[in-house]
Amino acid sequence: MKAILALADGRIFEGKSFGAAGEASGEVVFNTAMTGYQEVLTDPSYKGQMVTMTYTQIGNTGINPEDIESRGLFLSGFIVKEYQDCYSNWRATMSLDSYLKENGVVGIQGIDTRALTRHLRDKGAQNGVISTNDLDHASLVAKARAVPSMAGLDLASGVTCDKPYHWTQGVWDLEGGYPQVDPATLKYKVVAYDFGIKYNILRCLVSAGCDVTVVPANFPAEEALAMNPDGIFLSNGPGDPEPLVGVQEEIRKFVGKKPVFGICLGHQLLGLALGGKTVKLPFGNHGSNLPVKDMVSGQVEITSQNHGFAVDLDSLGTVACLGHENLNDQTVEGIRHCDLPIFSVQHHPEASPGPHDSQYLFGRFVDMMKQHRK
Amino acid sequence: MPKRTDLKKILIIGAGPIVIGQACEFDYSGTQACKALKEEGFEVVLLNSNPATIMTDPDFADRTYVEPVTPEMLAKIIEKERPDAVLPTLGGQTALNTAVAVAEMGVLEKFGVELIGAKLPAIKKAEDRTLFKAAMEKIGLGIPRSGFAHNYQEAMEVVRHVGFPAIIRPSFTLGGTGGGIAYNMEEYEKMVMAGIEASPTDEVLVEESVIGWKEYELEVMRDTADNVVIICSIENFDPMGVHTGDSITVAPAQTLTDKEYQILRDASLAIIREIGVDTGGSNIQFGINPRDGRLVVIEMNPRVSRSSALASKATGFPIAKIAAKLAVGYRLDEIINDITRETPACFEPTIDYVVTKIPRFTFEKFPAADATLTTQMKSVGEVMAIGRTFKESFQKALRSLEIGSAGFESRLFDLTSETRRALTAKEQQLLFEKLRTPNCDRVWFLGDALRSGMSVDEIFKVTNIDPWFLHNIRQIIEKEESLKGLAPAGITADILREAKQYGFSDKFLGKLWGMTDEAVRQLRLSLGVTPVFKRVDTCAAEFVAYTPYLYSTYEEECEADVSDRKKVIILGGGPNRIGQGIEFDYCCVHGVFALAADGYETIMVNCNPETVSTDYDTSDRLYFEPLTYEDVLSIVDVEKPTGVIVQFGGQTPLKLAVALEKAGVPIIGTSPDSIDRAEDRERFQEMLHKLGLKQPENGTARSFEEAEAVADRIGYPVVVRPSYVLGGRAMEIVYDVDNLRRYMHTAVQASPEHPILIDKFLDEAIEIDVDALCDGTDVIIGGIMEHIEEAGIHSGDSACSLPPYSISAEVEAEIRRQTVLMALELNVKGLMNVQYALKDGVIYILEVNPRASRTSPFVSKATGRPLAKIAASIMGGRSLQEQGITSDIKVKHVAVKESVFPFVKFPGVDTLLGPEMKSTGEVMGIDENFAKAFAKAQIGAGTRLPMEGKVFISVKDADKKHLTAIARNLHNTGFQLVATRGTASYLREKGVEVQTVNKVLEGRPHIVDSIKNGEIVMVINTTHGAQAVADSFSIRRETLIHGITYFTTVAAARAAVDAILAKRREGLDVKPLQDYLA
Repeated sequence: MKAILALADGRIFEGKSFGAAGEASGEVVFNTAMTGYQEVLTDPSYKGQMVTMTYTQIGNTGINPEDIESRGLFLSGFIVKEYQDCYSNWRATMSLDSYLKENGVVGIQGIDTRALTRHLRDKGAQNGVISTNDLDHASLVAKARAVPSMAGLDLASGVTCDKPYHWTQGVWDLEGGYPQVDPATLKYKVVAYDFGIKYNILRCLVSAGCDVTVVPANFPAEEALAMNPDGIFLSNGPGDPEPLVGVQEEIRKFVGKKPVFGICLGHQLLGLALGGKTVKLPFGNHGSNLPVKDMVSGQVEITSQNHGFAVDLDSLGTVACLGHENLNDQTVEGIRHCDLPIFSVQHHPEASPGPHDSQYLFGRFVDMMKQHRK
Repeated sequence: MPKRTDLKKILIIGAGPIVIGQACEFDYSGTQACKALKEEGFEVVLLNSNPATIMTDPDFADRTYVEPVTPEMLAKIIEKERPDAVLPTLGGQTALNTAVAVAEMGVLEKFGVELIGAKLPAIKKAEDRTLFKAAMEKIGLGIPRSGFAHNYQEAMEVVRHVGFPAIIRPSFTLGGTGGGIAYNMEEYEKMVMAGIEASPTDEVLVEESVIGWKEYELEVMRDTADNVVIICSIENFDPMGVHTGDSITVAPAQTLTDKEYQILRDASLAIIREIGVDTGGSNIQFGINPRDGRLVVIEMNPRVSRSSALASKATGFPIAKIAAKLAVGYRLDEIINDITRETPACFEPTIDYVVTKIPRFTFEKFPAADATLTTQMKSVGEVMAIGRTFKESFQKALRSLEIGSAGFESRLFDLTSETRRALTAKEQQLLFEKLRTPNCDRVWFLGDALRSGMSVDEIFKVTNIDPWFLHNIRQIIEKEESLKGLAPAGITADILREAKQYGFSDKFLGKLWGMTDEAVRQLRLSLGVTPVFKRVDTCAAEFVAYTPYLYSTYEEECEADVSDRKKVIILGGGPNRIGQGIEFDYCCVHGVFALAADGYETIMVNCNPETVSTDYDTSDRLYFEPLTYEDVLSIVDVEKPTGVIVQFGGQTPLKLAVALEKAGVPIIGTSPDSIDRAEDRERFQEMLHKLGLKQPENGTARSFEEAEAVADRIGYPVVVRPSYVLGGRAMEIVYDVDNLRRYMHTAVQASPEHPILIDKFLDEAIEIDVDALCDGTDVIIGGIMEHIEEAGIHSGDSACSLPPYSISAEVEAEIRRQTVLMALELNVKGLMNVQYALKDGVIYILEVNPRASRTSPFVSKATGRPLAKIAASIMGGRSLQEQGITSDIKVKHVAVKESVFPFVKFPGVDTLLGPEMKSTGEVMGIDENFAKAFAKAQIGAGTRLPMEGKVFISVKDADKKHLTAIARNLHNTGFQLVATRGTASYLREKGVEVQTVNKVLEGRPHIVDSIKNGEIVMVINTTHGAQAVADSFSIRRETLIHGITYFTTVAAARAAVDAILAKRREGLDVKPLQDYLA
């Protein structure tokens, strides 16, 4: 079946449908990770976006029951060069195509994804529409233009959990899969705010020794503090941090009271809560190969990233300093509060997909909580 | 940490001659290292015996030692140069072993020299199997069950615990030499003892078989600050059991989820840290059980490897260059990525295409060799292709191989007429055998397996090739089915484009449609189906790429972004194979350098990932593409070059010349017509006649009857060969009519389109090679080389001396005169090579090649005159006069080239030389006289020159008269002589003292017993006639296995004895090329 991807600026890509048929729209972004499409698909941060994988052979390892990062699929479209229906992997249980169909995600394959990537790189991320019903170019471009901009949208409340829950699963390994960790062995009580949290963050926290309670995005700070946690975690999530004014307000209430660790959207929200500003990047960073320098150790770590906004360091004045730096574009990759046990990173130390170089950050958070307890 | 300031002078060790397992990838890495260190202001000293390398060009290092890469020579150089550091990680296993040896000799300590890149303990930990095993256990990584054996008894104990099949890996050998897989006790006993023999430390590792497991490689880099990055992941198409150098490999890994890939990545980081490789690149190999994902570490190379070269070409990340910079103290985040210009080298390349590497084999050269692929490497080269999908990339790689393949040809079906059908029982059996046992044809049989209706599951069960790959091939074969039989009228643009996206070549489509490739091309162009060119940029387009490193594909957007400068395309040589190797790449690279200096934009086209020519840094623009008519024309269509050069890349581009010219491509340099005049027997004869020059009597035959008539007319022995071949493919000396008949039956199959050439064989003639330059007006003789071995041994296999060492000044003058005459007559623009034979004072012309020759780099190194550069400038329009080249160079030193052979990798193959080329590489020995230069050439080629002991002599009757002086010399120097009955009595008659020993058939103890007992230090064995050759085969084979010095021609033996005498008398000293050429 024919499918068309139309961008708001009028660029058209004709390809073939895979996954669900129909029509979908969203901000078109690219991801340069060569492995981990299943994790990308299940990452809530992609809410409202259509993801094009720059690697060309997608579907090779099918879908397995383990490599999932949330309760569902949140992205609105999936764009690849060549979808391979004949998967091969000992853990696979179904094909990517069936998975997308089952979850109603519209896909397009057979397009020049490199041309698309270059286009997004040069023109900036923009909205688009994939359709198998409407094949009229002008009509599709008009639809793409009608898609609201990501800036100013509150997407987190659409992906967060309904109510608090407890998490006890640790990180995966080949022999044992995901271990269920006995809560009695977990020493640090952490309240994790879910703005679209990836499961692997929770697993990393558990494996680092945290007893984790996940709470919805709008969970009042007072109630969180009433749980008497050792630390507060602020998760990743989709879109623009700015409209989440209420959340920022709540975060501010933790400052000076508890150690705080934020990742991605959580990092941006922390930056805003500390009085800083965020800026929208031209096309963001989405991949698994990005070099980041830890300003504490001087080591470079290869990181997984997925963000379109960044914290503006200058706007934070003397409240916080640079904790991590992105070596590719020199953007702020992490901040550290100058006086308090508060820090955050823009990239994804939980990886999944991506390298495990930054997983030490969970240990750093635990150390912070340990220190603070004394 | 920035660059170290305590280091001023650094010695880089090269890899020496090209051998199986160690090819021109180490010229690529060494050249990058030299460039990088010179750029950083270090004084660079280089040791490499291989004259055909770019790195040994005198301007790439400050002091270039073209000397044998041995611990003794390295020690001398260190003593003389007193470098601050030695960098041993860029010259393959040879460099590493040599560095370890000098370290252990105490030389480094004595002169206060530091090993940089990898320290001795790290090298030991990675290379010594016991230490490696302990290291892996320490970091909790699994390795296959294994144990060491140093003798028969230990070997028996080990295998009891390891079980069958057992893998045998000798310690410290190249490309797994002497290794193998034993399925039963009988095989095991044989292999394990051969392995112990092959190992310099008399040690083998016997390992649990993980045959059939998935195999992966990761290329890892680490800096002084312990930053580690993965440059590339590679998945082997051929599962475990086939040496990775012989496996088809694909980048990136295709069948791992992120979780599984990260296990490999974490393991790689842990390994490079635990082994303690300070800086630079390492290659780590893993096996994964396809059923449950269990991981085992196979091995780690603490140095830049063949896979690093592949990874560099596959990603655009220059591993060797960065490794050199890291070795002198830089951190990864302090080095800028050349391609993006704004991001640091501290990242992990991500690619948006698929890379396929396919090895190139030359089993046709060694019919007696076992063509089964095992853990011992047997391929001599490789090709790489880039496509947006695996299917496209794989089919492009197939047609890059230069073996006449245009895609998935069938071995069992007629693709033009037959539809799918069941196989006969015999075909079925052949197919099953070809699938089950890894071999270099297996890929094509996979196609046939699918055509015969086998399912992917069934094929997987037989081959263990991952179903993902098999499904892709199935899709190609299904596409072939759907394309077959389409009438031209039914071929639409959409159909054609999709076929091209699957990687189908015009030629293969032509076969399916009964059209020529040109007709398919025309149809394709008329339908507007043309390729676009995309860039290799390390980052999947995330950043702007500044380096035009391009590959073709069939998609929307073209990134070629061509200039309107005056520009020249240089066509490369394709995969290394016997007869066409690094020498031609050297010429291509020189062509690029010269034309760039002359103001041209230079564009390189090649598909060999091992080479310097495919470094994106070499030319202005690089097209990593197959060297076929179709692919070259597509580039020409886009680039619209001022000129295209076909005479540097050997036979590969040369055979495209006529067709390209016909298609309107501006071929510059010597015209294709002149090339044809030199290649075409009749036209060539007319020319010689016109010029009054002689050639051996000859004739042409298209059938046995014609051949017999020619041979009767000119008289036996005759040299027979197919026309248009390189490296003496299928060339033989035939002594009688029976052998002529046998030959005509095999040879005619070898080249059906071309007739067989028959020449009178000039027995005992001296062969002379000449390389000359001509601009159409003037001729310069680049060098005259006298072969050591007599005519009849392929010139590529023969040792040779520059200047000649035995011919008279008159003969030399006459050779010059004849060379000039022919160069002008052929209107050569560039290089020309002539092979002469001198017999009884008469000069015969054997062959004229108006193109770069295999000897061009050797002559350039020996004389200091860069022939290929000058030739390129001629082609670009600058005359010899304008270049200031007005007279021949007379050298005061002597340079000897010696060839290096792969016999040790091919059990069962005889070591006798003949008209068919068998060598893989060459070395140069340079010194003040012939004997010393020859000695160095021998040592450089791996031949030990014994200083005392027992020499075994057995020569054919015709050689006996030459033997007396040699034997007397040896005897007088204190060697004991033993000989077979005939040779012994001849020598005794001449008054030389000699013992007699039994031939093998004469009863025991015989000569092979003596060899096995280590009583013999050198063997001189010449033989003639099928029976005698067969009878003496075991002597040569045992000699080879035991690493005993041997000579199979009297000429070489004579030179060697002179060399031994000279070495005993004066010893050998080292001197850099710059001093010789000053």
